[in-house]
Amino acid sequence: MSGFSSSSVAGRDIVALEGVTKRFPGIVANDSVDLSIRPGEVHVLLGENGAGKSTLIGMLSGLQQPDEGRILVDGKPTPITSPRHALALGIGTVFQHMMLVPTLTVAENLLLGGPWWQRPRTEELAARVAEITGMLGITVKLQAKVSELSLGEQQQVEILRAMLRNSRLLILDESTSMLTPKGIDELGALMRRLVEQGLAIVFITHKLKEAAAFGDRISVLKLGRKVGEIPPERFRTLGEQEIVSEIVELMFGKQKDDPEAVERPVRTARAGTAPLLQVADLAVAPTDNAPGLSSISFDIRPGEILGIAGIDGNGQKQLAEALAGQRTAAGGSIRLDGAAIETLSVGERRRRGLRYLTDDRLGEGTVGTFPVSINFFLKQVGAAPFWRNGVEKRAEIDKRAAQLVREYDVRTPSLKTPVARLSGGNIQKVLLARELAEGAQVVIFNKPTYGLDLANTLASRQRIRDTAARGLAVLLISTDLEELLGLCDRIAVIADGALVGTVENVDDARTKVGRLMIGLAA
Amino acid sequence: MSIDTAPTVSATALDATSGATTRRDIAHRLLMTLGPILVALVIAGCILLAVGVDPLAYYGFVLEKGLFSPLGIQQTLTRMAPLLFLAAGLIVAFRAGMWNLGGDGQFLLGAVTAAASAPMFVQVMPAWLALVCSFLIAMVVAMIWSLVPALLRAYQGVNEIITTLMMTFLGTSLANVLVKLAFRDPNTTVPQTRTLPVEDRLPRLFETTITSGLLLGLAAIVIVHLVMTRTAFGLKLRIVGANPRAAVHSGLGVPGLTVAVFAISAGLAGLAGAVDIIGVQGNVRADWNPAYGLAVIPAVFLARMNGFAAIGFVFLLSVLSIGGESAARRLGVPNHFTLVLVSIVLIVLALAEYFDHRYNQSRRA
Repeated sequence: MSGFSSSSVAGRDIVALEGVTKRFPGIVANDSVDLSIRPGEVHVLLGENGAGKSTLIGMLSGLQQPDEGRILVDGKPTPITSPRHALALGIGTVFQHMMLVPTLTVAENLLLGGPWWQRPRTEELAARVAEITGMLGITVKLQAKVSELSLGEQQQVEILRAMLRNSRLLILDESTSMLTPKGIDELGALMRRLVEQGLAIVFITHKLKEAAAFGDRISVLKLGRKVGEIPPERFRTLGEQEIVSEIVELMFGKQKDDPEAVERPVRTARAGTAPLLQVADLAVAPTDNAPGLSSISFDIRPGEILGIAGIDGNGQKQLAEALAGQRTAAGGSIRLDGAAIETLSVGERRRRGLRYLTDDRLGEGTVGTFPVSINFFLKQVGAAPFWRNGVEKRAEIDKRAAQLVREYDVRTPSLKTPVARLSGGNIQKVLLARELAEGAQVVIFNKPTYGLDLANTLASRQRIRDTAARGLAVLLISTDLEELLGLCDRIAVIADGALVGTVENVDDARTKVGRLMIGLAA
Repeated sequence: MSIDTAPTVSATALDATSGATTRRDIAHRLLMTLGPILVALVIAGCILLAVGVDPLAYYGFVLEKGLFSPLGIQQTLTRMAPLLFLAAGLIVAFRAGMWNLGGDGQFLLGAVTAAASAPMFVQVMPAWLALVCSFLIAMVVAMIWSLVPALLRAYQGVNEIITTLMMTFLGTSLANVLVKLAFRDPNTTVPQTRTLPVEDRLPRLFETTITSGLLLGLAAIVIVHLVMTRTAFGLKLRIVGANPRAAVHSGLGVPGLTVAVFAISAGLAGLAGAVDIIGVQGNVRADWNPAYGLAVIPAVFLARMNGFAAIGFVFLLSVLSIGGESAARRLGVPNHFTLVLVSIVLIVLALAEYFDHRYNQSRRA
């Protein structure tokens, strides 16, 4: 493969960034960043939400142009003018969201983009794919439909596609965020084999452990600036734990052994008080694409955090939606502070103090094109003092929104900014502000830290603790066992739409929950 | 997480103008609107040349008849009345993300019921009350006509583009049948409804032939604009339009709002029919179908569903259609050349938009 041979001159930069600066209205996304990308190295780009990782990738893949500074390709200053140009230079990008056509086969996807006047060269493709996959030790089913593949397999197809286009630099943007732990390990091994072939890889992540496990060189971005780099020579001399603590030092400027290490929960649940939320025999009929729920029963007292553990897709979302009123229950009862609410509408349940913090922040949690200020009040449209006699009081809305922005530390250029332009962590803060504001009694958190970076994860967890400490009942649905163990008073395990057991969060909870999750009795 | 930063970044770039100097913004907007219209006029002129008509003469007639002659401008302003009502109805529907394309059926049914009821009412009650009642009846009939697509969309998720278009065929036929069978004026040979006497129609403005329906139309579209942008109800509709799942999540009664949107949109279309009959025509002939409903859609899109901009585009459309009709008669160009002109304007505007967008992206990227 020509792509490999031309890039096998080790030690020279394939691509280098010199003092690259990129500004957007209200923010400096990248501030004179230097970066050197070499063949045979996995260069990890690490940073929190909004640190400027995606902008950097955008400039490398030709989607954006730097305002200042320059990009060198093979030592020559080269403006990368378009994605097509980037591909021609041998820079292939695997974006976080899969860019494959699900209804076509793998082979058809790989053949897309060929000249339209020629018949697709299927045999040639098969031969080249065999060559590459043999070299990398992966198997790719060319005749399988993409929709039948797991996310990990789809990612391999995307990497394969980049290889077929003779990429010498492969950019993997947050590639592990959608993968299972096993898939992540496989990707790590695949990256190792790719760099052994002489490729350069830029691996973007915000997970410290992946960075330490898969990288050769780590660059840390913070608020658009590169705040530190661990070169390969140093990288090899450090142990994983030392690397993690050094990165944390770089990213947060504070020393911490394991940032995700959890404190023991503060026990605030009062055993004597009456439950705030009582659910009995809740059932939901299954639909075409979602499992149903059967005989779900639990109580949550004021100040208590009940966790729902389980592998994703076992009815967690259905449970949250049935409680919030977005999904019709087939049977059972839901009592809020003693009063039955199972027949009430979504809006009425909210007015009674039931809050649902959705995990689908952009899909249903917000209206992306609407300003931040309006998104704070999406569930209160028409309510005083923000609307009087149905007429919008913009001054009141802006005043309260500014207050919430300060209180919840939402980083936004302005109140008028469409909410979709904020980073995931800041969108989550908007949702937290909306759901936790006055009048909440019971709060359902559905995967509240999913996809957030470390600082926002810790901040969100603190909000959950504070919520319970205020005497509210909290239902915490999460696929992150550490999170549940760190926050909850009790943990229930959901499997196939039913609660298979509930465990007090004491010393051996981890093993008990683990046993329940894999289908054994606790 | 950078799930959203990637779109974030490009989206920020697109919007850079909106926050910046607004005056330059407006100037840019005007240039982007008027420039393409001029280009479209040139292209349409070339087509006229190709069929052997002097384009300058054609445009001269259009401007003279549609804009500069006293009679022409009065006709233009009169024509605006029903178009404004239709535009108001479309703004409500489109902003709520519902594509009510059944305006013509709703318009004609409103027109026919108004034409049938007004001459009867004026005999039994004061003229002003009779007209109000006819307006109300026209509105209610059009609303009822929209119930089928509204309920299908609200409770079964059936695509309203298809249902409203189908209902418009049924609606125009039904209107035709009603004129011929139920409301036919026995004193005429052509099938048409009884004629509302001129003195009972909507008063004319001052000493002109402009109908006072124009003022009603202007009021309707301004009210609709303010309701959509300034009130809780309008915000709810916009939430449903921008993100229906967020509407459900926020506890809005989406099915109810859907029915309300269709009712308002169709009701305004019915009023458009009534204002044209009660203000101008006086009766409905069986084969009468001006197809205003479809003609207004481009104007509303060009105005980006902004009520004030829509007034401007509706005016332009009226000038073109009034001027085009008479220019066509004088120069032997088919009457439908107006539609050709409007569609060329639309295509050029869309292209200009596209290139402007590309230019902005490449400049900021």
